Amino acid sequence: MGGLSMENLTATQNRNISLGEKPEGIEGVGFFATSLEKVVGLARKNSIWPLPFATSCCGIEFMATMGAHYDLGRFGAERLSFSPRQADLLMVMGTIAKKMGPVLRQVYEQMAEPRWVLSVGACASSGGIFDTYSVLQGIDRIIPVDVYVPGCPPRPEQIIDGVIKIQKLVETESLRRRDSPEYKAMLNKYGIE
Amino acid sequence: MADSQEEKLVSIIKEKFEDQVVLVEQLYDFLTITLKKDRITEIIQFLYDHPDTKFQFLTTLAAVHYPDNNQIGLMYQLHNMYSNERVRLKIYLPIENPVAPTLTNIFAAANWMERETYDFYGVIFEGHPNLKRILNVDEMIIFPMRKEYPLEDQTREDKEDDMFGR
Repeated sequence: MGGLSMENLTATQNRNISLGEKPEGIEGVGFFATSLEKVVGLARKNSIWPLPFATSCCGIEFMATMGAHYDLGRFGAERLSFSPRQADLLMVMGTIAKKMGPVLRQVYEQMAEPRWVLSVGACASSGGIFDTYSVLQGIDRIIPVDVYVPGCPPRPEQIIDGVIKIQKLVETESLRRRDSPEYKAMLNKYGIE
Repeated sequence: MADSQEEKLVSIIKEKFEDQVVLVEQLYDFLTITLKKDRITEIIQFLYDHPDTKFQFLTTLAAVHYPDNNQIGLMYQLHNMYSNERVRLKIYLPIENPVAPTLTNIFAAANWMERETYDFYGVIFEGHPNLKRILNVDEMIIFPMRKEYPLEDQTREDKEDDMFGR
């Protein structure tokens, strides 16, 4: 057996890994029962496919976030989706000019439900220093936003913090939320659907 | 450009267009000739063809808004590639009716420059083949670089005027 012995396995194991928390449920010998909602939430939370919409310096911070040092892949968001149809999370990073607005909105509309939006940085959240005629004063004027990350630009740690907050929303979201009249009314407020 | 060359250039222009020249000056070591607006394309064509000037490259073309005089200044910067001489020509247009002839028949490069000048200052270039906005959104109804418009976006609600010096 040699190299495959139990002692060697434990010696080379990475002990810094934390596994996903088991949801609340009833447990017995050979079975575990919980609600579907919790299982779906757990699965979704740990396999978010982000669509990076990076237009400026916040996009550079995002590249660092995806890189080996900070590594967003640790949170299950390893796989970037460059097609909105397959993405779960729209990450808007950077200044959005008014001329870019309809494009961003179209990308959001093309995403399938359930979808979340993370607004990274001062420009995406409020227009930032670009208080001027050509810049959209926050993307929440055209699409709904779930989490805002402040900073100009925010550090990778802050972006990761924003993604963790998105994960909390994803995990605890009710399966019926997207069918609720409140949600439809919210989308209608933005003129979507 | 040496002084003698500049004097020669000015004399070439004055020889034919004496009545059109308003002002000849050196602005930051750059020969600037202010002209009347009516025969500007004729003068630029003349400088293009003349064997001693050969200003056959349009470096840039831009407008300036002078709110105190209710005028829009239009500036052409020309380059003689043979002798590396440069000159700036300037005309003034009234703000109520900022119409200038197009340069696209002489310089193809003027096409986008004139569209940009129209986009930001509202200067109408008569005879331009495609005079529409080039950088700003098509729905924009103002000419944003004119000084009559505030720079800040007037639609934003999250800033208190007292704190941001409005």
